[in-house]
Amino acid sequence: MSIDESTAARVAKLARIRVEPDRLPALAAEFNTILGFIEQLSEVDVEGVEPMTSVTPQRLKRRADEVTDGNQQVAVLANAPDAREGFFAVPKVVE
Amino acid sequence: MADLNKLGLAGARDALRAGEITSVALTDACLGAIEGAGALNAFVHHTPEIARAQAAAADARIKAGDAPAMCGLPIGIKDLFCTRGVPSQAGSRILEGFLPEYESTITQNLFDAGAVMLGKLNMDEFAMGSSNETSVYGNAVNPWRRGNDDAALTPGGSSGGSASAVAADLCLAATGTDTGGSIRQPAAFTGITGIKPTYGRCSRWGVVAFASSLDQAGPMTKSVRDAAIMLEAMCSHDPRDSTSADLPVPNFEAMLTGDIKGKKIGIPKEYRMEGMPDEIETLWTRGREMLADAGAGIVDISLPHTKYALPAYYVIAPAEASSNLARYDGVRYGHRARLDQGDGITEMYEKTRAEGFGAEVQRRVMIGTYVLSAGFYDAYYNRARKVRTLIKKDFEDVFAQGVDAILTPATPSAAFGLGEASDDPVEMYLNDIFTVTVNMAGLPGIAVPAGTDANGLPLGLQLIGRPWEEGDLLNTAYALEARAGFVAKPVKWW
Repeated sequence: MSIDESTAARVAKLARIRVEPDRLPALAAEFNTILGFIEQLSEVDVEGVEPMTSVTPQRLKRRADEVTDGNQQVAVLANAPDAREGFFAVPKVVE
Repeated sequence: MADLNKLGLAGARDALRAGEITSVALTDACLGAIEGAGALNAFVHHTPEIARAQAAAADARIKAGDAPAMCGLPIGIKDLFCTRGVPSQAGSRILEGFLPEYESTITQNLFDAGAVMLGKLNMDEFAMGSSNETSVYGNAVNPWRRGNDDAALTPGGSSGGSASAVAADLCLAATGTDTGGSIRQPAAFTGITGIKPTYGRCSRWGVVAFASSLDQAGPMTKSVRDAAIMLEAMCSHDPRDSTSADLPVPNFEAMLTGDIKGKKIGIPKEYRMEGMPDEIETLWTRGREMLADAGAGIVDISLPHTKYALPAYYVIAPAEASSNLARYDGVRYGHRARLDQGDGITEMYEKTRAEGFGAEVQRRVMIGTYVLSAGFYDAYYNRARKVRTLIKKDFEDVFAQGVDAILTPATPSAAFGLGEASDDPVEMYLNDIFTVTVNMAGLPGIAVPAGTDANGLPLGLQLIGRPWEEGDLLNTAYALEARAGFVAKPVKWW
């Protein structure tokens, strides 16, 4: 599977990273190098093998369904690049 | 006592408790050493006020007879750990200006144990790198040099600043994190000890996430005993990390008897790589002899899927990274790009992430996005997770045969020169060839300095242990350390 420039552009779009068009050929080449390396995995017989979900056998702990934290508006907004009137501010999303 | 900064954790602890030194004096010695070591670029955020206040408080506690494990011991903290009110950037531009409103569980545990924070340490951006060359702060530099050659060498990565700082005696010890070898490889490159505990031993809460199923924190120290002391202080069960193990934390230091008679040490044949330098091969052979000399039985073992660990890692880690790093959107914290007239929210995301992430991070996020995308998820991501199951089973099989620990080289070479590695990202990835299997299987692994190469650069050996048996692993490492007798230090040039 080889990645062309349009695939590289699509991946960049999906990842929400702006890539200038003149960078796309080099990016596609880098992807192909890495994917070529990963391709070795197709040699492995994985028939009947379960994909790993948890590296250590453990059950997730449960707790009572109740509020344990909150009321931290100031702390939550403290690092926002743009916060106004108690909210995160972003460019207009809907017309 | 001169040069207090050259002490290790155990030595300083004992001297503090005996009243021979004070934490304030010890901390000042470290702060002085840091001030004179700008050329190493190890400390990237300095916190002398916090350090002096913590040192004074520690001295008061010691005087009152209340001296917990790390009381008064000055350490450095990798920039990946969130520390309240102190810059925590993960070596990235995208977290410029971020001041956490909270403290990571591990740093809180260390502070509760009396530790003194000297500052934050350089690292590869988001812990993605093996040479500390992807950091927004610039390269950290290895205090070691090749004989009289003044070429700057990498301290390894991603915990490069931690390794450089400990090796150069800027601090007594440091925290590191390890997703594919980021504690053990830099430890080996700088002649120090570094342990990655079993996945789940240390809480990941407040540690900036790279690949959550692989990330573990651990100590980087001047000796195995120091590693035992600091690891115990770092570990805890943490309800805020659902993968944190609810298991008692043993007294690791008390388990250092040095007696490994009758232990079974496995030597995996798949770790004998083609083109491996003779020096590494020789070191590995000497390591076997040392453990045999200590009374351990040496057995040849096979871990048949070793070869596939690195390619599987380079599917799983980027996949998890692409998901974890989606949070850097220019909305809640960190950098936001300056927008042009008419730019909407998508442009904000795209420009912010293009400006905020460096080249290697962008590459991995995009690879991760690709392997998770419709049509490729099964072929890449699911296949890699199945291979991971097989890698873990390899280890389970040898442990079931009665093997207590596995001995391997820590790295395929000694420290290389900054800028010497090729532009091929895959070549850089090969640095983790001996360490990455351990993360894939969630096991504890430790790098111990064991010798030097022809240029006088340190080389390390790795021991891999059974899950949750860090105490036993540390004890085997202790026996190896005693026989290796590695005492060399870098000649000060900085």
